[in-house]
Amino acid sequence: MIAYATYFGFISIGLAVLMNLHRLIVGPDSINRILALDTLTINTIALFILFGIWQGSSTNFEAALLFAMVGFITTVAFCKYLLRGDIIE
Amino acid sequence: MGFLIELLISAMIVVGGVFALVGSFGLSKLPDLMARLHAPTKATTLGIGGMLIASILYFAFVERTLSVHELLITIFLFLVAPVTAYLVAKTHLHRIRARQDTDQFQLPPPAGAGKAGWATFEKSDKHSRTEIR
Repeated sequence: MIAYATYFGFISIGLAVLMNLHRLIVGPDSINRILALDTLTINTIALFILFGIWQGSSTNFEAALLFAMVGFITTVAFCKYLLRGDIIE
Repeated sequence: MGFLIELLISAMIVVGGVFALVGSFGLSKLPDLMARLHAPTKATTLGIGGMLIASILYFAFVERTLSVHELLITIFLFLVAPVTAYLVAKTHLHRIRARQDTDQFQLPPPAGAGKAGWATFEKSDKHSRTEIR
């Protein structure tokens, strides 16, 4: 039963990633693309966790933690650059 | 007992996947950025919370190992999502206000330049004439 639920999770997260890519390509402004990139990072973390459950190994959580931190720092840096024209002033 | 644990883990995975899908659907289909901001910051965060709960239960009851990494990811994501939403909304509003200023495209003054705080417009500024729609 966990295997079927994991397949359902893979399918739904894959559709979510496709929708994020649609917003990342179509998005009329750069701030929309930043929001799409942040959501894409969160969906990637969900994919890592599902893959860990599917494999039964806990080696993927360091990658998920790194994705969480780097995604947040990326979003903050992009927003600061758009807001100020500079990241560290 | 084992069946109930499996049912709980499967339900958490399905609920997390549905919430993540709804969040990304809202990000793709809603009309404006301030409406689009609602979908990923709440629904997707709740979805990944469900998946992390499922992972904690799976590794605690099926694999018989207690792992703390999921708890770290949960705390970090739930702390970080409002900050991200705030920064995106602030950037969007400031860019709208700077674009409505017909004289010239001007970003807010740097931190410490005036009475206001971090990179925001002041009340006595000439930008206060224009209201944000």
